[in-house]
Amino acid sequence: MNLFEQGFAWLFDVAHWMGPTSIPVRIGEHFEYTGISLFFAALIAVPLGFFIGHTGKGRGAAIAISNVSRALPTLGLLAALILLLGIGLLPAVIVLVILGIPPLLAGVYAGIESVDRQTVDAARAMGMTELQILFKVEIPLGAALIFGGIRAATLQIIATAVVAAYFSLGGLGRLLVDGLAQNDYPQLVAGAILVIAIALIVDGILALIQKLVVPRVSAGTRSTKRTARGGAIPPVAQSRTLIKEGQ
Amino acid sequence: MEWVWTNFGLIWGLTLSQVWLSALPIVIGFVVSIPLGYLASRSRVARSVLLSVGGILYTIPSLALFLIIPVIIGTSLLDPINVIIALTIYAIAIMVRSSADAFASVPEPVQDSATAVGFSNAQRFFAVDFPLAGPVLLAGIRVVSVSTVSLVSIGSVIGVSSLGFLFTDGFQRDFFTEIWVGLIGTLIVAAVFDLVLVLIARALMPWNRRSSPALARMIMRKRSVVMPR
Repeated sequence: MNLFEQGFAWLFDVAHWMGPTSIPVRIGEHFEYTGISLFFAALIAVPLGFFIGHTGKGRGAAIAISNVSRALPTLGLLAALILLLGIGLLPAVIVLVILGIPPLLAGVYAGIESVDRQTVDAARAMGMTELQILFKVEIPLGAALIFGGIRAATLQIIATAVVAAYFSLGGLGRLLVDGLAQNDYPQLVAGAILVIAIALIVDGILALIQKLVVPRVSAGTRSTKRTARGGAIPPVAQSRTLIKEGQ
Repeated sequence: MEWVWTNFGLIWGLTLSQVWLSALPIVIGFVVSIPLGYLASRSRVARSVLLSVGGILYTIPSLALFLIIPVIIGTSLLDPINVIIALTIYAIAIMVRSSADAFASVPEPVQDSATAVGFSNAQRFFAVDFPLAGPVLLAGIRVVSVSTVSLVSIGSVIGVSSLGFLFTDGFQRDFFTEIWVGLIGTLIVAAVFDLVLVLIARALMPWNRRSSPALARMIMRKRSVVMPR
């Protein structure tokens, strides 16, 4: 039997679907970390991104943050912060929040900033307040990029949570790390398959939600970049480069 | 600080393997992405296929990819080649998009006039398209370089040593200095790579030194949002 089959056999073994360290528990833990971290990352990054995008203040700082975070190895950041804060859920979540902020921030402020200034001026001339401009003009028009940032941050957090298992966190990474430590290759392969499947499924679901929620922006606004040959590149496609800034 | 001097041999060795493990994927990724990106800039179908496959591959968390590659291609589980292949896949996934944008940024009239004065397709590619796509290609490969250097360290979780070893080892020994050295070392390697890329580009694109073509400059400005300058 090759490793692939062994991995799937491990995956479909009923014994691995029951008990305190079973597959559903690991999946649940993984979603728990991801959900909590994403929530707090959004709580910080979204208003900040709105502010930076709308006022243009602190733009340099936002770019610097997202560039440095791309260069910083997440493994090192995890090691340093968990050593500093101690092992447990809280330190791990803090690290995941820190790592989720840059892609989210970049997506949100780039989305707001991508809206044509003439459109914004027109809204202002019509007597909209700054808040109305933000919520009725800039956010809907920049929604694709903003959503791209959310997707990037979600995947970044999911991927980092896998690595965090090395520092005694639970979640799906445990299958990989324990499999490695115990030379249990079927478990390891099963873990890798699960992690890949979940990342793809989550991204697919987010893509679907994006399709349903994000309003279509007409080709005239600046957020749709045109290639030299006249083909439009969807803004989301551009923002995909945000993902995985050096996890 | 004393630890750094007594362990300088170790740190230097790890730095060298870090350089190796990241340089190969960056170079291979660049070379492979050029024809793919060119193809994507010519045909809409190729573009959407290549970019969606790239997007899907890019979604896979690195640790899982490091471990699934040996299962697929039959190498040993802890072979460094797995890390190199995985990082090459990521590099291509990012770079194909950049190079497709880069070739699409070459103004059509310029291409047409090259054809009109008798350039063959191959000549036009090497003498016109490739050089004019240069600035955008540079922006893309710089992103690839930075992210590859920082991803290499994850390999140390599966025993492929690089500066990332200092993170896992420092954590197990509860030794902060070692982790700091690893972090700073990684940043230095990334900065040196970036500098090397910029210098190579400056040597190859002397016309860019004073002023870049307006279109490339516009695209670069647009990208500064998501990419480091």
